[in-house]
Amino acid sequence: MTKPTRRSALKGLAGVAGAGALVGSGMTDWAKAWAQASPFKPEAGATLNVMRWRRFVVAEDEAFNKIVAAFTAATGVRVTVTSESFDDMQPKASVAANTGTGPDIFWSLYSTPHLFPNRCVDVTDVADYLGKKYGGWVPVAEAYGKLGNKWIAIPAAINGGYLNYRISQIKAAGFNEVPQTTAGFLELCKALKAKNTPAGFPLGRASGDGNSYAYWLLWSHNGAQVDENSKVIIRSPETEAALNYAKSLYDTFIQGTAAWNDASNNRLFLSGELGLTANGISIYAAANASSDPKQKEIAADMDHAYWPIGPAGKPTEIQLCFPMMAMTYTKFPNACKAFMTYMLEAEQFNPWLEAAAGYLTHTLNAFDNNPVWTKDPKNTVFRDASKRSLVAGHRGKLDEKAATAMADFIVVDMFASFCTGRESAAGAMQLAERQLQRIYR
Amino acid sequence: MASGSFAAQPETTAWTRLMVNRNWLGFWFMVPTMIFLLFFLAWPLILGMWMSMTDMRIGRGGVFIGLENYQYLLEDRDFLNATGFTLAYTAVASVVKFAVGLYLAILLNNHMPLKAFIRAIVLIPFIVPTVLSAVAFWWIFDTQFSIFTWLLQKAGFLAKGQYINWLGDPFLAQCSVIFANIWRGIPFIAITLLAGLQTVSPSLYEAATLDGASGWQRFRFVTYPLLTPIIAVVMTFSVLFTFTDFQLIWAMTRGGPVNATQLMATLSYQRGILGGRLGEGAAIATAMVPFLLAAIMISWFGLQRRKWQQGESND
Repeated sequence: MTKPTRRSALKGLAGVAGAGALVGSGMTDWAKAWAQASPFKPEAGATLNVMRWRRFVVAEDEAFNKIVAAFTAATGVRVTVTSESFDDMQPKASVAANTGTGPDIFWSLYSTPHLFPNRCVDVTDVADYLGKKYGGWVPVAEAYGKLGNKWIAIPAAINGGYLNYRISQIKAAGFNEVPQTTAGFLELCKALKAKNTPAGFPLGRASGDGNSYAYWLLWSHNGAQVDENSKVIIRSPETEAALNYAKSLYDTFIQGTAAWNDASNNRLFLSGELGLTANGISIYAAANASSDPKQKEIAADMDHAYWPIGPAGKPTEIQLCFPMMAMTYTKFPNACKAFMTYMLEAEQFNPWLEAAAGYLTHTLNAFDNNPVWTKDPKNTVFRDASKRSLVAGHRGKLDEKAATAMADFIVVDMFASFCTGRESAAGAMQLAERQLQRIYR
Repeated sequence: MASGSFAAQPETTAWTRLMVNRNWLGFWFMVPTMIFLLFFLAWPLILGMWMSMTDMRIGRGGVFIGLENYQYLLEDRDFLNATGFTLAYTAVASVVKFAVGLYLAILLNNHMPLKAFIRAIVLIPFIVPTVLSAVAFWWIFDTQFSIFTWLLQKAGFLAKGQYINWLGDPFLAQCSVIFANIWRGIPFIAITLLAGLQTVSPSLYEAATLDGASGWQRFRFVTYPLLTPIIAVVMTFSVLFTFTDFQLIWAMTRGGPVNATQLMATLSYQRGILGGRLGEGAAIATAMVPFLLAAIMISWFGLQRRKWQQGESND
């Protein structure tokens, strides 16, 4: 169990207070009825500690806490929610898995559960229940949630990362929209640099945005870290083409991208210094929610676009999956299952999805019709995030090896070392190959 | 009656003799500390060394693989770079911290108005939590929002819109983190050396002045020899703290760009915890031990070999 802290105690109290406020409301009535009929009955006296990634969209977090409070009111299971930054989620989960103590549920990133699959509670029954009820899981969800035939995590949502751009800057550079080919995209970046409004994509330690960019570069040029038999194939003409393309792009970028973390491009875009980057919808959501006229102006002047398609001839994006996993050391596995199920029931998930304003994309097909995707056309691109996304590992299996390669930033570093001039193309590929061979041995 | 009580006296065993022996008393008093050190220092170290010889991963135990992790690391460019940078980071930062810290200590040892206040101010960088100062430096060295860049632009040395890629360029990033470490470490050295300076008897300076010693000679032949023991202690700690630095790097660069600012400690964390390869991470951490031992040995046997430690006069 996590050590109680002032913050967690306050959150716990807030949860209880929220639960109190919900007593008698429609949400709680429904929740109570759900608890009666649910196939997952929490253990008597169960309490849950849930650790989630720290919010980027305030309304999403508020909706999440509301659902948690309703769950507590209906089931009596007190839930303490703590949050950590993206970068800290995986180390915390890893340490908990190794020491056998910590939060009961982690709502983490990417393929974290595949780092320690034998420490995750088998949630096949939860996945089957939800899949049957809500039109089935999208393929990427199955890939992230399952190991063989067993579900080790519930991929609650995907965070779509797409191109964020300033409409006026694109137009000033002579383009009406973001070109949807890699060649056209390079031309756009060159034109933006010529207009002194350069683009910028992270090549630093950015777990979300950095990996998204680097894997798109690699896969769009038909490169891959391993083949179907998990043989390392990173050193290839395709990877070299991707490296050269990346260098051409890098030369047009705003300075400093090799040092960026996940928050850097948000900050620059919202300050008006950056007009084209890759990010979730959080930049738009923050600008929209702000009362500052300058931010409102940015929100009005920005839009989103898919990642361009390269020589691979098809979408080659990796989107950020948010898998929810219960740990085997929990004393309350049924309460964990009930919690996960409850969160994804339509009555909760639809308002939650709406509150997230496009930051979260569903992984169950039945939620395609949620109004969040159509009420603001700038959100629509993100609806397809979970259907267009490839998985970590791509051609190889999504397993702990793929998870390790991503956690170690091997592909990000390969591009960064070449683009910054620290390594030649051959040297960068060789370095990545050596590290991958060790992981995939 | 008397004979009965005499018969009831317990036999004196070797154990009971040890328990009451005055020569063993000191040992018994040390036992709790020894147990503490054994469990919380020696045991983790031994466990780490054992892990470094396994292929242990997070969430599952490993098998013994001998020195395979070390063999791999010896040919791993990132590890070699991290080792080189750790040594450079420690050497440059320690030397500058010592030079500036000593200079500051000598300045602060003089009589001046608001002496206590100024001494307290000097301690601020050391008091501020490392992560907080690291985040401040992250902003200070931000490519677009750096105050240094802004000042250079205002002073006309840089054109508007021209930036310095502080943390995005490998070499500049290395310089930036060393600068931040120096800024943070100076007060520790300055205040500790100041404490040492205050123990030097003013009569020695008076005698030296009467003998016609210059300022440099007073420092070289009075201050420095008397300060040597404290310099040895403070530099040992400074080198150890710098060599094992983690927070500053992690908060500022996470070892980037392209692993350029990776120290052995951060690389160990990257591979062991983030990458999940506990065995390899432990091997990197264990590889730090010889360097740390060497630093301690140099300090204690090099700087403190003077005979006065044994109550004799100096060489």
